[in-house]
This record gives sequence, C-alpha cells and structure tokens, in this order.
Amino acid sequence: MTHMTATLPETLEKAATVEFRGLRREFGATVALDGLDLTVRPGEFLALLGPSGCGKTTALRMLAGFEHPDSGAVLVDGEDVTQVPAHRRDAGMVFQSYSLFPHLNAVDNVAFGLRMRGTRTAERRSRAAELLELVGLADKGERYPHQLSGGQQQRIALARALALRPRVLLLDEPLSALDAKVRLTLREEIRRLQQELGITTLFVTHDQEEALSVADRVAVMRAGRLEQCAAPAELYGRPATAFVAEFVGTMSRLPGELKDGTVEVLGQRLPADGEVPDGPVDALVRPETLRVAADEQGTACVVATAFLGAVVRVTVRLADGTEAKADLPAHEATGLDAGTAVGVSLPERPVLVAARTQK
Amino acid sequence: MARRLTPWRWVVLGLAALYFLVPLVASVIFTVDAPGQGVTFDAYTKILSTGGFVSSLLLSLELAVATIAVVLLLMVPAVVALRLGAPRLRPVVEVVCSLPLVVPPIAFVAGIVTVLKWGPEHLSRTPLFETFVVIQNQDFPLVLVLAYVVMALPFVYRALDAGLRAIDVRTLVEAARSCGASWPQALLQAVLPNLRGALLNASFLTLALVLGEFTVSHLLGYAPFAVWIYNVGGEQAQMSVAVSVLSLLVTWALLLALAGAGGRTRSASSRG
Repeated sequence: MTHMTATLPETLEKAATVEFRGLRREFGATVALDGLDLTVRPGEFLALLGPSGCGKTTALRMLAGFEHPDSGAVLVDGEDVTQVPAHRRDAGMVFQSYSLFPHLNAVDNVAFGLRMRGTRTAERRSRAAELLELVGLADKGERYPHQLSGGQQQRIALARALALRPRVLLLDEPLSALDAKVRLTLREEIRRLQQELGITTLFVTHDQEEALSVADRVAVMRAGRLEQCAAPAELYGRPATAFVAEFVGTMSRLPGELKDGTVEVLGQRLPADGEVPDGPVDALVRPETLRVAADEQGTACVVATAFLGAVVRVTVRLADGTEAKADLPAHEATGLDAGTAVGVSLPERPVLVAARTQK
Repeated sequence: MARRLTPWRWVVLGLAALYFLVPLVASVIFTVDAPGQGVTFDAYTKILSTGGFVSSLLLSLELAVATIAVVLLLMVPAVVALRLGAPRLRPVVEVVCSLPLVVPPIAFVAGIVTVLKWGPEHLSRTPLFETFVVIQNQDFPLVLVLAYVVMALPFVYRALDAGLRAIDVRTLVEAARSCGASWPQALLQAVLPNLRGALLNASFLTLALVLGEFTVSHLLGYAPFAVWIYNVGGEQAQMSVAVSVLSLLVTWALLLALAGAGGRTRSASSRG
C-alpha cells in the first residue's frame, strides 16, 4: 500500500485542466463535432454522455491525439496541444475493445509505455507490479491476454494507461464489452482509483446510469454540441433542455397549456420551468414524481405494471390517450392491475415544460 | 455427429494418402532398385559428385532469402497502411496482387526478356545501362528476385491479409501510441509481433515458390536448383528422379526448420 501514498501527491499536483474550444469536425457529410466548448476541472471525473453518433468519442479521441479538429483547439493546462502528436500527449487511454497486446503478458503490457520511454528493465517491472497490485491483479502478471477474462483485461488496460503517470485519463466506453455484474464492480473500482490518484478523467459512455453513478459532472452531448454539463443530481433534477430530460432517466410527456408562467396539466395549475411561448406544451414528469392512486371515478387507467424490486413501475393511459409512467412503492401498487381505473396527480412543485412534439 | 463421420474421414484420409504416397514411393523404389543388382543408393551418392548441385541449391536459397526480404519489406507496410489509412483501396490492391496468378509465367518471362533486350540498346549512354548489367549478374541474378517478388505477391498478400484480419490493428496502434510509442515503434513493437504467424506463412510460400520455380529462371538462362534438376535429368533418368525426391526432402526440411524457428520463439516468449 506504500506505493499509493507515494503516487498520490505526485499525481495530485499534476492534475490538469482540459479545455475544448470550439471543436469542429466533419466526416464527409456528417458533422461529428459542431463547435464543442467544454472545460474539465483539475482532478475531475467528467462523463461525456450522449446517444451514439453525438460526437463524444470523437471529442475524446481529439484529446488523445487520434483525431484532428477541422477548427478549434484542445488545451491541457492552458497549453494548446492540438498539434502535438498522440504519443507526446501524456494521456493514458482505455479502449472499448480489448486492446492489450496479445504477444505480451500482463506485466509487459503494463510496462509497455515505460519500455517506450527507455526505462530500465528492473525499474519498469517493479512499477508494473505496483500497478497490477493497484488494480488487484498482482497474481496475474505472467498471464497472457487470452488467458484473462474481459474484466481482468480491462483492469490491466487501466493499469497500462496509468503506468506513465499521465496528466489525463481517457476512458472510451471501457465497460461496454463486459457483462452486467463485472461492469458494476469495475466502474466502482475505476471511480475509487480515480479519486485516490486525483487524476483528471474523461469517461465516454452512452449508458446514463453509468455516467450518473460515477461522474463528478456529466456532459450531455447531442449532434456534436454540448447540451448541458452539470453534476448528476442537477442534471436529473433540473435538466436544462427537453433532450437532456428525456435522455437522462425516464421522462413522461403530459400535454398541458402554458399561460403566464403557469401550466395547466392533469387539471392542476402549477408553476412552469423552461422557456417556451404560451400555448399548448408538454409537461415533463419523472416517474417518481407522478402520483397514481386507485380511484373509481378516475379518468385514467393502468395499462401495465412492472416489478422493479423496491418500486413498481406503473404505466397509465390518461383520458386523452397519452401514456405516462409512475414509480410507486411496492405496497402502494398492490391492487393496481392492468385495467384498474386510477387518478393521476402531480405534487405542488414547478414542472419542466417543453414545446409540444406529438399530436 | 462427429463420431458418425469418423469412418468417412478415414476413407478420405486413406485415399488422399494413396494419392500422394503412391507416386512418391514409386519414385523412391525406382531410384534405389537397379535392375539385376538389388537395392543400391548409387543414384543418391552420384548426386553429390555431379557438378552444380551445391552451387545451384545455394543460388536458389539465396534467391529465396532475398525474395522473402524484398517482398515482406514491400508488402507489410503496404497492407498495414491499407488497413489504417485507406480501407477503400483494398479491393484495388487485392486485384493488383492477384494479377501474377492470371498472367502465365511464360508470358511474364517473355515480357522480361523483351525489356532486357530493349533496355541496354536504348539506354546505353545513361547510368541505367549499368543497372541492366547488374541485375543480370550471373552469380546473383537480381532480375530473378524481381520476377519472384512479383510472382509471390498473391500468396504473400493473402497470408498477410489473413493475419491482419485476426488482429485489431487500429486499436493496437492507438494503444501503443497512447503509451508513448511513435509510429515506427508502434508498428514494430505492437503490430509486427502479432503478425508473426502471417509473416511465417508468407515466408513459407515464397520459399516453396522460389525453390521450385523453373520457367522464368530457365528461359532467362540461369541455373538455380530446379533448372539444374532438369538438366541432370536429361542425362540420367534414375538420377533425375533421385534428385527430385531429394529436392522434395530439402524443401520439407527447410519448411520444418522455418516452422520450428517460429514455434520456438513463440514458446520461448510465452515462458517469460
């Protein structure tokens, strides 16, 4: 464990600021990045989240030096690195696909970067052994990649990425090839390591749960632009745009009527959040906010229920045919079978509104 | 399922073995069975004393080594660049590399002969004249290496392409680059070691091709191993068959040696 305390101050003082400034990149007719501006604070774990094709991987690869922007700049600690070749970027990277060198065993894989730097054999072996211990695979040093499980391979890839004490750690969907259980433990471990080392980290993912659970801040991207960058709780509770609201977590759209900053929805008049002109709008409602109770006179009816453990997700159809989802504690949901007439209401709190999209 | 097929597998194996072994065994019997004298190895002992055996075999081996070196230096960077930089050009390169299979060696060599005749006449006052002289050096005809490189292209391309298909070149290169490796380092230390099987296969095929090549070398007037066998055979039937059997064994031995070398480095590296 001594190596950890030895590594810690060193990496902390090296923690870097990363800045994307007006990054733009086109691949033929598709615009991968359309003027991306984003700043990552020193030592921060920032998740880049978005649907596939939103440009998040392109942005990461630009920081790694594998892609070059058509315009804009990438800055590390205020220094423009846009023209610096990949091998001098000082960025460790873990890839989506298994990227260990198949001809080298675990120790030599981890020590690869040190070998490229001309570190002496004894020194790089001991450093590699330390890193393997850090990722909990000290006993697997002599194994070859094909003798290791996917999760073990990604841990070794992580150790390899950290071997050169990089200023930035780049994670390109490192968990997406793993099965659910391994994914969960490994993401916790990545988070723990990142906090121990205090290294500025960019984590690309399309899995919103993953992003919300590990990151300090989450940057949601859409079509090459930044939609919102905020802490997970804020992103979930106060999404800046309808896109963020619906991409992060589950969101139901309930038709309403906006007038003078209040919205008429489900027969209630509530303060409205969001900049839309008066008129027909959609209120965006999280399933845990929506209240559902059995009611003989209710105009809505239950369409389906799904048991999720602590809660039951109830899908209801409103009088006008709109479907909405509500999460109820398991004991409240008893008796709410498909076809039950129910009453649906909202708590007296501001609701997010967005321009009407359907019907 | 596999078990039910087993008898059929043995039948096929037996037929294939017969097909290959019968001529081979017949050849061996023919060389050792002198009429009226019983078994004798005269035909084999005579080979060594016949002039040209060692020199022609050496020439063939030298040509093979040079051809392997040139064709790999040419093709490895080419196929890797094709993977990383221009995947769309792959069909083009594939077609170009397959052309030597379509052009018969006889047509190929006719073209070479024409160029070799035309060149010195028209270039006699330029430094290129010397080039034409050098490539036709009797001791080491570079022109044959050039010809063999072209003839080996289809095999080498296919072997390397299969090897590259098995690895994710882009990710390996990027992983190496993010570990601080420059481009040449990434290729040499991360990609090439994982192509060893493919490189070995390509070398095998080229070696076998060069050792057995007859048409081009004969028509250009050189005497590597295959041509020497042919020349000897014209004089003594029994000895020519003995030489063929021997050349088969020599080729096998060389291929086994190559395979052994490849296998040894693999087990050595896996130990530590």
